[in-house]
Amino acid sequence: MKLIMCAGPPTSGKTTVLRQVIRRLLKKGRRLAYLKVDVQYADEDELIRNEFGIPAKKIYSGELCPDHASVLVLGDAVKWAEKEGADLFVETAGLCLRCAPYIQGSLGFVVLEATSGMNLPRKIGAMLSLADIAVVTKIDLVSQAEREVFRANIMDAAPLDVVEVDALRGIGIDRLVRKIEQAQDIERPLMLKGSPPVATCTICAGKKDIGWEHHFGVLRTLDTDLFYRGE
Amino acid sequence: MEVDIKKITILGGYGRNGTKEQVDQVELRMGDLLSIVGPTGSGKTALINDIGLFANEDTPSRRRILINSAAPSEDFLDDPSKNPIALITQHTGFLSDMKVANFLDIHAKVRKNTNPDSVVADVLDFANQLTGEPIITESAMTELSGGQSRALLIADAVIIGNSPIILLDEIENAGINLTRALELLRKYEKIFIFVTHDPRITLSSDYRIVMKGGAMQDSITTSAEEKRIGDLVTHMDKIIVGLRDQIRSGERPVEKEFQAVMELVWLT
Ligand SMILES: Nc1nc2c(ncn2[C@@H]2O[C@H](COP(=O)(O)OP(=O)(O)OP(=O)(O)O)[C@@H](O)[C@H]2O)c(=O)[nH]1
Ligand SMILES: Nc1ncnc2c1ncn2[C@@H]1O[C@H](COP(=O)(O)OP(=O)(O)OP(=O)(O)O)[C@@H](O)[C@H]1O
Ligand SMILES: [Mg+2]
Ligand SMILES: [Mg+2]
Ligand SMILES: [Zn+2]
Repeated sequence: MKLIMCAGPPTSGKTTVLRQVIRRLLKKGRRLAYLKVDVQYADEDELIRNEFGIPAKKIYSGELCPDHASVLVLGDAVKWAEKEGADLFVETAGLCLRCAPYIQGSLGFVVLEATSGMNLPRKIGAMLSLADIAVVTKIDLVSQAEREVFRANIMDAAPLDVVEVDALRGIGIDRLVRKIEQAQDIERPLMLKGSPPVATCTICAGKKDIGWEHHFGVLRTLDTDLFYRGE
Repeated sequence: MEVDIKKITILGGYGRNGTKEQVDQVELRMGDLLSIVGPTGSGKTALINDIGLFANEDTPSRRRILINSAAPSEDFLDDPSKNPIALITQHTGFLSDMKVANFLDIHAKVRKNTNPDSVVADVLDFANQLTGEPIITESAMTELSGGQSRALLIADAVIIGNSPIILLDEIENAGINLTRALELLRKYEKIFIFVTHDPRITLSSDYRIVMKGGAMQDSITTSAEEKRIGDLVTHMDKIIVGLRDQIRSGERPVEKEFQAVMELVWLT
């Protein structure tokens, strides 16, 4: 199965991009599942389930940083998607910006708005630099010259593939779909690509293993609330 | 520019209601000037966006764009310095708070313009011929007026982009000196596509596409008679522009003088 991680600042267009991608992949006969990791509110699971009839879940990270929460629950979520025989799309709120939810051997893309200011690529660190692809949305709202300078600022911060889209009208999405189709299947053990910057728990301290079983401190599973494991 | 652009082809797709477009193919050769006309909401902007993004049956219209009769290279979209098209959109505002000089400097590098020392000055020189108040290099992009933004983008496309294909969406609405803009643009051998409601632009084009319901409805070659009408309209416009400049600079028009100007312009 494939695991596709989609990160990006709030309202950058992650769900809109994923809906366009999911529509195209379903047409090609792929089975898909969707997980949203958000801090305190999300309705995408319902939206995606109603629109496409695919298995969809959400979790709230609450007090945890959403990227930490996704490390804990992704082990379970991958098993869930495997049972469904589906590739898994994970949309994360990525509020912390300095962490990044990307997993080794899985495709990760960050969604940035063309309207978000020229310096954004320099501000978001690992969320951009550890991604495989930067998807630039809302190109319908800016001039071509600004779009080109924004792209250059992304490439300056991290030399990635950049795909520019108008996600509302589905323009440019086919190029992203081709890259997703080329992504490899996951291999175990699942490991985080980068280390979060501040050490206050086993994840922060650089333990990159995916799944709550590998960690101590304040934890959660895909289906439970927070609990404490350790001394 | 590495690719030598000779020809661009639009292969028709479907209108908003899903029926096939009347015009199923349009070919433009270097030096051609095309207008796209049609009522508000008829799909003019969608058509030039299709061209600007090299649509490949992946936009709502399902149109395809060919360059020199072949599918466009992926490089056109991945590397702005290889993109042969500059699209000047209907937007008249910038979102970036960079200084004008800074922005142009970066864009010149992105487009791998070979003469970055004088390029900023050249762009401003071109743009300031189209605006009322000159653009200052030290201003932030966000401070520019709608007309100044549009003038800057046109100059940027011609001088920094050095693009062989230029698409312009309703430049008449930007408050720039349109007659001057057309004069300046025509000095360059390029393919120009104008989305426009302005008869001056339409009647001086080689031909025009008429849009309706999101579809290309008709393609009309401009006749010699229409071109003569176009010249007359340009004369009328000179009268209006003269009057506008007079009022803008705080003067008061005098009827006798105005009539004299009208007669004079009419005779030339
Ligand atoms: N014009 C335009 N609007 C877009 C585009 N992509 C997304 N939007 C709009 O941007 C808003 C936010 O889009 P979402 O897809 O919900 O963003 P998100 O990143 O999933 O947001 P959260 O999950 O709430 O963080 C919506 O109103 C979308 O319709 C685009 O390419 N162009
Ligand atoms: N062939 C098409 N298929 C589907 N949707 C289309 C098609 N052509 C245009 N549209 C949609 O119709 C809407 C109006 O089109 P557009 O903005 O291009 O009109 P316009 O002629 O430029 O109008 P205006 O003169 O107001 O600028 C847009 O949302 C556009 O995406
Ligand atoms: Mg969302
Ligand atoms: Mg328009
Ligand atoms: Zn974090």
